[in-house]
Amino acid sequence: MATPPKVEINQDYQYGFHEEEKYVFKTGRGLTREVVEKISSMKQEPEWMRLFRLKALDHFHQKPMPTWANTEMLSAIDFDNIYYYLKPAEQQGKTWDEVPKEIKNTFDRLGIPEAERKFLAGVTAQYESEVVYHSIREDLAKQGVIFLGMDDGLKQHPEIVRKYFGTVIPPADNKFAALNSAVWSGGSFIYVPKGVAVAIPLQAYFRINAENMGQFERTLIIADEGASVHYIEGCTAPTYSSDSLHSAVVELVALKGAHIRYTTIQNWSKNVYNLVTKRAVAYQDAIVEWVDGNLGSKLTMKYPSVYLMEPGARAEILSVAFSGKDQHQDAGAKVVHVAPHTTSAITSKSISKDGGRTSYRGLVKVYKGATDVKVSVRCDALLLDEASRSDTYPTMEVEEDRVQVEHEATVSKIGEEQLFYMQSRGLKENDARTMIVNGFFEAFTKELPLEYAVELNRLIQLEMDGSLG
Amino acid sequence: MSDAPLLVIENLHVSVEGKEIIKGISLQVNRGEVHALMGPNGSGKSTLSNALGGHPRYQVTGGRILFQGEDLVAMKADERARQGLFLAFQYPQAIPGVTVLHFLRMAMKAVRGAETPSPKQMRQAIKEKLALLEMDEAFLQRYVNDGFSGGEKKRCEILQMAVLQPRLAVLDETDSGLDIDALRVVANGVNRLMGPTMGVLLITHYQRLLNYIQPHVVHVLMDGRIVRSGGKELALELEAKGYEGSDTEATASGKRG
Repeated sequence: MATPPKVEINQDYQYGFHEEEKYVFKTGRGLTREVVEKISSMKQEPEWMRLFRLKALDHFHQKPMPTWANTEMLSAIDFDNIYYYLKPAEQQGKTWDEVPKEIKNTFDRLGIPEAERKFLAGVTAQYESEVVYHSIREDLAKQGVIFLGMDDGLKQHPEIVRKYFGTVIPPADNKFAALNSAVWSGGSFIYVPKGVAVAIPLQAYFRINAENMGQFERTLIIADEGASVHYIEGCTAPTYSSDSLHSAVVELVALKGAHIRYTTIQNWSKNVYNLVTKRAVAYQDAIVEWVDGNLGSKLTMKYPSVYLMEPGARAEILSVAFSGKDQHQDAGAKVVHVAPHTTSAITSKSISKDGGRTSYRGLVKVYKGATDVKVSVRCDALLLDEASRSDTYPTMEVEEDRVQVEHEATVSKIGEEQLFYMQSRGLKENDARTMIVNGFFEAFTKELPLEYAVELNRLIQLEMDGSLG
Repeated sequence: MSDAPLLVIENLHVSVEGKEIIKGISLQVNRGEVHALMGPNGSGKSTLSNALGGHPRYQVTGGRILFQGEDLVAMKADERARQGLFLAFQYPQAIPGVTVLHFLRMAMKAVRGAETPSPKQMRQAIKEKLALLEMDEAFLQRYVNDGFSGGEKKRCEILQMAVLQPRLAVLDETDSGLDIDALRVVANGVNRLMGPTMGVLLITHYQRLLNYIQPHVVHVLMDGRIVRSGGKELALELEAKGYEGSDTEATASGKRG
């Protein structure tokens, strides 16, 4: 039975509602070896995955917390208070009618089935720890495109999963990658066969409903030679007074001549820690694009990366971050040029408001032997008031001489003259500010499918209107 | 429409950061009239246009401004625009990421309110004005004043004026930075838009714009005061003699305003 949405703490955040918590299985609070064993046995996983998880758990315990970004916020994470696995339904739906009513209700409110009908080639919808709905257009399935929840991917295509899983981001990479590797559940598995172009986007939607929930989805996308795919993910959660944790691992493999675009609109409620590791490897002439939008969460630490392994590979990382009161978006990008004749472009745009913090944290690494490499990095920050803060932490490690590296960073404020100009055209001050902010994000918005661009502009409008009080 | 005169400025004093720049100006612009306000650098021309536009840093410390009978000073810049005042800027501001088309639409919506035409009509109206100003349609997809040449900025100002159809247009040094072809196009645009219900206040340092736009009245501004007013021949006289002479003459003949 659905309960009416409770009073929301943050009125600006329209996705803060929650449904009554129902589950078929839930671990206790806290992370133990038993929890990891239980997750693996419930999923009836192969032995190698069980061992993978347990080893990762050791890494998690051994790895130190990051000493950067925001140590104050990081040290406030109470790992013993989190639920690491919650199975919301007995089985996955192939139609929305097969999805439990409360869960379907949630996704209806988020507009997912409608978006699916209108402009998506396939959808996975994750609720808490499990994918509760999944679909792919028949014509794509017939061409051999695999789009499954990660757990089903492991069951149905163990050979592909075992070949790539954890190879781009090993469990020991960092504390949160280790955590995810130990308790992962859900996420997407995509394989696009040689030469197949998936013309319209595949989407995954991640929803946390329960309080103090930890969501640890795991996504693996492989685009075989000459294949192309655009994957979009969105995420929201209810607003609670205590914290939840989202820690995903996303691995992309773009084989020779492949093209992967991965778009994220992150809109978690402001009590969610969003600590995500995203990395891609790009082989000869492959293109990987991360289009990464961060609006929500309490603390986001996310630096989508591309390893350019063979000549001709190209990386484009375009990210925007909007940080309001009590938020810190520590976002950025990493490009690692392993091979010569590789190119990368990083564009980062951040806006801070009402005391919010944004940081650009980036790495450009060019290995010895990677000659004729081109890199461009551009970071623009816009501060909407005196209380807000923006920092840039670019790291360049260039071991070759024959490379072209451009770096440009700007910090700006909305000028009095600019506002006066716009107001003298009849625009109210706040509308003028919103227009400036939308314009600032335009480079990002124009890369989104129209429906998402409209949604993003609307979200920004809500954030801007929130300041009127 | 109100029967009150379009613009009445009475003994206006304006300060910027505590310093008085406009020291008692009186002026009346009626519908259908073009007034030229001329003066050397530092005479207060731009201060007057900013004060008329409602720039928050320009403080009216005395006198009043009545626009169609309403107290203009009490209104914010955006309210003034909605009442039918338009200020063409000397230094138009860039708005990166916002296209000219979007900006024009939003401005039209803001200014026209309930009488906003449909998107289709809007587009049609914008196209017509573009043609009038000999501008390419591709211009609409560029970001407002972002990377524009001086001439493009000024044309963009006149395009906005054309689309918004104000009752009173204040053109602040619109001729500066324009080559002779651009000047002709801009002036033709203003002439075509000018009608019996509209008033124009041209603020300029040089006489040359007045070769293209015929003013009904010319005022000379020196050190925050209007020192002379006259017909269009006054502009020619200033061109020949310079501003120095008018100051002396003003002192001799007494200030009028």
